[in-house]
Formats: sequence, C-alpha cells, structure tokens
Amino acid sequence: MDEEYDVIVLGTGLKECILSGLLSVDGLKVLHMDRNDYYGGESASLNLNQLWKRFRGNDQPPAHLGSSRDYNVDMMPKFMMANGTLVRVLIHTDVTKYLYFKAVDGSYVYNKGKIHKVPATDMEALKSPLMGLFEKRRAGKFFMYVQNYEESDPKTHQGMDLTRVTTRDLISKYGLDDNTVDFIGHAVALHRDDHYLNEPALDTVMRMKLYSESVARFQGGSPYIYPLYGLGELPQAFARLSAVYGGTYMLNKPECKVEFDEEGKVRGVTSEGETAQCKKVVCDPSYLPNKVRKVGKVARAICIMSHPIPNTNDSHSVQIILPQKQLGRKSDMYVFCCSYSHNVAPKGKFIAFVSTEAETDNPQSELKPGIDVLGPVDELFFDTYDRYEPVNEPSLDNCFISTSYDATTHFESTVTDVLNMYTMITGKAVDLSVDLSAASAAEE
Amino acid sequence: MATIGHSNINAKLVLLGDMGAGKSSLVLRFVKGQFLEFQESTIGAAFFSQTLAVNDATVKFEIWDTAGQERYHSLAPMYYRGAAAAIIVYDMTNAGSFARAKKWVQELQKQGNPNMVMALAGNKVDLEEKRSVSAEEARSYAEENGLFFMETSAKTATNVNDIFYEIAKRLPRAQPPQNPAGMVLVDRPTEAARASTCCS
Ligand SMILES: Cc1cc2nc3c(=O)[nH]c(=O)nc-3n(C[C@H](O)[C@H](O)[C@H](O)COP(=O)(O)OP(=O)(O)OC[C@H]3O[C@@H](n4cnc5c(N)ncnc54)[C@H](O)[C@@H]3O)c2cc1C
Ligand SMILES: Nc1nc2c(ncn2[C@@H]2O[C@H](COP(=O)(O)OP(=O)(O)O)[C@@H](O)[C@H]2O)c(=O)[nH]1
Ligand SMILES: [Mg+2]
Repeated sequence: MDEEYDVIVLGTGLKECILSGLLSVDGLKVLHMDRNDYYGGESASLNLNQLWKRFRGNDQPPAHLGSSRDYNVDMMPKFMMANGTLVRVLIHTDVTKYLYFKAVDGSYVYNKGKIHKVPATDMEALKSPLMGLFEKRRAGKFFMYVQNYEESDPKTHQGMDLTRVTTRDLISKYGLDDNTVDFIGHAVALHRDDHYLNEPALDTVMRMKLYSESVARFQGGSPYIYPLYGLGELPQAFARLSAVYGGTYMLNKPECKVEFDEEGKVRGVTSEGETAQCKKVVCDPSYLPNKVRKVGKVARAICIMSHPIPNTNDSHSVQIILPQKQLGRKSDMYVFCCSYSHNVAPKGKFIAFVSTEAETDNPQSELKPGIDVLGPVDELFFDTYDRYEPVNEPSLDNCFISTSYDATTHFESTVTDVLNMYTMITGKAVDLSVDLSAASAAEE
Repeated sequence: MATIGHSNINAKLVLLGDMGAGKSSLVLRFVKGQFLEFQESTIGAAFFSQTLAVNDATVKFEIWDTAGQERYHSLAPMYYRGAAAAIIVYDMTNAGSFARAKKWVQELQKQGNPNMVMALAGNKVDLEEKRSVSAEEARSYAEENGLFFMETSAKTATNVNDIFYEIAKRLPRAQPPQNPAGMVLVDRPTEAARASTCCS
C-alpha cells in the first residue's frame, strides 16, 4: 500500500469503476479502494437479506418471498439504451464478455392518467392511441423527418439548420400539440425538464434517433437492455477490466482519508495507518464531503410484487415515464420494473421502483401517482437520498468527484458525467473507437 | 454455465486460491504450454478459452483468471457466478495456502450451483523437498467435500492437462438450459441487428 500511484479511486460505484477501467487501460497505475466489503457502493444490487437489513432493521424477510439470494435489487435502477454511450463503452472496453443482457420488454409513458406504449417510429406513431387521428399524421411526419435526418447530408435537413432552430420552432412547423410534445420530449428524447424547447433542435433530434435505432437493434418492445442479475454486475465488470490492466483492488478499507499538501493539492490516501501516494484522486461525493454541495434529494419507493405492472401488455421488464406536466410537477417521475426474467427475483416476483426528484417536505406522498400505476404490492420500502455535486476546482486540487446518481431510470446522464470526468482527468476525450480486444487472449 | 449444443459444451472455469499458488501458471501451461519462472501478473490476460475433446463431447473452457483481485480479498462475486467448474489451487510448500483453499471451497459451496465440478490442485509438486502439505491430508479433505484431487506442477507440466481433462469428463452432459439465456453484446452495426443478438 505504501506505493505511489497515478490515480487512487475511492468508491466502487459504477462511475468510479468505469473510470478506473478506462484509466488502467490507458496505462495509468491505479489503486482502487472502497470502505465497504462489497463492490458497487450506491449502485450495488442487494439480496433480500441485505434489503431487509437496510430498510427493516432486525426483521427477517417473510418466507413467501423466496430465497434471499435469488434477489438482486438494484440500489440505482437504470436501463441501458441499446445503442447508447454506455453500450459503446462496454463494447470498446470488451467488458461485454463478462456480462449477459436481455432486452427490456416495454417503454411506456403516462398521459392523461393512463399509460401508453411510447411510439418510436412514424409507423408506431400512426398506430398510437396517444394521439387523435390528425395528430397522429402530423406526428408521423415529424418522426419521418427525424428518421431521415442525417447530420452529414444537407438534403435531409429540409432547409433547416438544427444547430440554430430551436426545438420549439421545429416542432411548431409540424403543428404538434402540447401532449405530443410532452411525450416526445420526455419519453423519447429523455429530457428531464422543458429547457430543451428553447435549445437548438439538433440535440433532441439526435436523442430521438438514438431511441428509435435502439428499439430497432434488438427488435424488443423498448430501446433498452438490462444485464442478467442486475446492474450490480456492471461495476464488478469494469473493476475486473481495471484489474486485468494492472489496477490494484482493496475492499473493506476503513476511513480512506484523502491527504493534501501545503498548496491544497492531493498527495495520497490514508487507510489503517498506511498512506498510498498519488497524483490524482477520483471518488464519489461521500469520500470528500467538504468538496461537494447538496443539490437535491431523490425520493423513491422500492416494491416487491407478484404481477407485471397492469396495462403494460404483461411486460416482465418495463420503464414508464410520467412527465412533469402530466403530474403538475417540476420534475418527471420514473417507474422501473424488472423481474425473474432478468434473474433479479425468484420466479413469479417483480421488483418495481418509483423515483423522482423530491420537491416537497413530504416526498412519500409525491410518489403516489407512480405507485398507483403498479397495482397491489407485496412489500414497499420508502427511501430518500441526497444528491451532491462537486464544488472544487480539479485543476487546483487534483480531485475528481462524481455527481450523485439522479432519479432517471436510464443511463444517459450517468455516462455523460463519466466521460466528462475522464476528459478532465486525462485532458482527452474517450476514444470509443479503440480496439481493446487484446484483453481477451482467446484463441479465436 | 455448461450448455449443450451438438455435443459441444461451453463451460466457464474459474481458478481460486492464494496469490502465488500458481493459478496463472497453470492456465498458461494448459493454454500455451509455457512456464515462466518469474511470472509477473500478465497485464491484459485474464480470460482464455481452450477446447478439449473428450470421449463423447467437445468441451470449450472459458477460463477466468483472477486478475490479481484475490490479493487483497477483493474478488467480485461475478467472478464465480455461473461457473461450471472451479480449480482451487494451493501451493503444497505452503500450509497456509492449503488452509485458505478450504475457505474457497466453503465459499463456493455457499454460492450454490450444486452441479459445479470442483478440483483441488496441490501445485508445485516439483518442489517435493519443500513439501508441507501431505497428499493424504489433501486427498481425504477433497473426498469428504466432493472435490477431486491432483497434485500438479505448472513448471514440469505434471498433471496439468490431466486436471482439465478430468474436469471435462465430469461436467454434466445434460444440464437444463439456464432460464432463457441472455445475449452477449458484440460490435456490429445496427443494420445487422438480428445477427448481433447472438445467444450464448
Ligand atoms: C471466495 C470468498 C469470497 C468472499 N467474498 C466476500 C465478500 O464479497 N464480502 C465479504 O464481506 N466477505 C467476503 N468473504 C469473506 C471475508 O472476506 C473473510 O471472511 C474475511 O476476509 C476474513 O478474513 P480471514 O482473516 O478469516 O482470512 P484471510 O486470510 O483474510 O482470507 C482467507 C482467504 O480467503 C480469500 N478471501 C477472503 N476474503 C475474500 C474476498 N472478499 N474475496 C475474495 N477472496 C477472499 C483470500 O484470498 C484468502 O485466501 C469472502 C471469502 C471468500 C473465501
Ligand atoms: N516451482 C514451481 N513454481 C511455480 C509453479 N507454479 C507457479 N510457480 C511459481 O509461483 C509463482 C506464482 O505463480 P502465479 O502463477 O503467478 O500464481 P497466482 O498468483 O496463483 O496466479 C511464480 O513465480 C511461478 O513461477 C510450479 O508448479 N512449480
Ligand atoms: Mg495470478
């Protein structure tokens, strides 16, 4: 432990593990520590006993829920966009070989008190009960425009420069009503608020394309995929990547105190009386509480159920987005449901999460509209956690702190944070085209 | 998980045991026929595959080495998840490594997969003059716990192919397919969507 490292990473949450892996692959000497004796930090997956210990103290889980170890309940439930950045990172680091995925059955949106399948293409728009007859045609035309749009081919731009035209102006050209705009913006383009309406439309168009291309990739009912055994597998897989490229792993290290020199630059990390020297520290907010500030609070309900969510066509895995406007809120609400079909629960059991950014002093009641769509539940746990973001200046102290996970049930914001951190740490962008297949010394 | 297809069996095999027991050396000997006296942990190599033909089947081993994560007791549970076989390695010149091998066996028994084939390898048998774990002791422990036992040497190749061959013979031939198998992602353009859902 008394060695010198280029980077010490603290915490084995997903973001920290991805960074650890990328940095080791770059040839940096990495030491990765966690105060817990398990991988995953806030993004671990818990078995039933661990879940009970965390939320029910000394009580034992009831026998009818089945075997503890058949449960892998994500503490940070999120689906992955099949063609999204995280998948590119997985493929290009070759971490995919440690993981098995399955497509997610459904992607739904809450609209006027009901839930509907999110249409992804012009054809689906024409069939969707989300819209009236004429609106369907207008929306179909808009989807068609988006599908055909190629950034590099001006012929597909129909005379509009999407780096200048706002989303609002683009949409108004197609005459779509507010309801349609709402589901496109929040459930297809996955915006978390309505700022995008006044921003250049290119971003929204590219997000819509990502959605429909992801749906097409696995011909599932949604653009999402999810690993068997839960997301807790992802930090472990990236940690393994880091170890394969020479990273050193130490779990169960108490304290992990970051040490600074006179100029306030990071010098090393002390645990159990030993100090490992380093040039840079990467960590989650809990390791440097003085360099972060609270920016919000996530409220969520974790439910165990014995049936799929009603009105989702019996989806055994599904995301439902409840756009802010539909609920009269400032932030969207997300429902995530997964089941034994992804090996996260015993046969016949479903795990559902309802999460949102807390806006009041009574976050439990805020979750009601989301919980109401689930139908009866066997068990329900309420939870809140504070979200932090870094306030330090990494160029001055060489500390690179991740932002807490948000309430969304997909990864696009998570990966963006990781890639930005990587660029800050190394001064370069992640080269997602590098071929790292050398990590697999397989003969074929 | 061992899966069947045209009498082909794919089997994940993991190596467990103390740092320095010779896990990586055994893999290197088996896969490449090499031995390095001062085997540094090889960067970038922790995943090998090797195919063996036994009487009635072709077994393709996916061999996972620890990537050094055993050093500070930080091996991830995913490492042994779904393993069809495990070789628990100790250094027969080091009694402590034998004691810790037993802990690994316990851990694997706890983790389940009742069909897992487990082998106990007393490695470095070429260093007979430094022996501190007797073959009898190890063998009787192995028998009591449902493992099979061999003394090996990655240096001289003694029993190295044999231990993998014996595992291949013992793998269950008809394992129920895992609850609908997931897909492994591969790097193919969107157009080839169908092909990319290759299933394991
Ligand atoms: C395979 C295995 C996995 C374990 N995984 C966990 C875990 O995820 N979380 C947890 O809280 N406890 C885990 N433990 C148990 C826990 O780490 C030990 O009980 C603790 O280290 C006490 O150590 P000790 O001093 O008795 O033995 P030590 O001498 O510290 O360790 C005994 C042997 O077990 C191995 N070992 C110990 N702990 C681990 C570990 N975490 N991962 C991999 N190998 C280990 C070591 O390589 C060593 O050879 C695991 C133990 C084993 C054998
Ligand atoms: N004499 C002898 N040395 C061995 C044998 N197997 C491994 N070693 C040596 O033991 C050391 C540790 O081996 P390694 O494969 O790295 O062990 P690992 O940590 O379990 O992967 C290396 O110096 C090897 O050369 C063996 O069978 N005989
Ligand atoms: Mg090794």
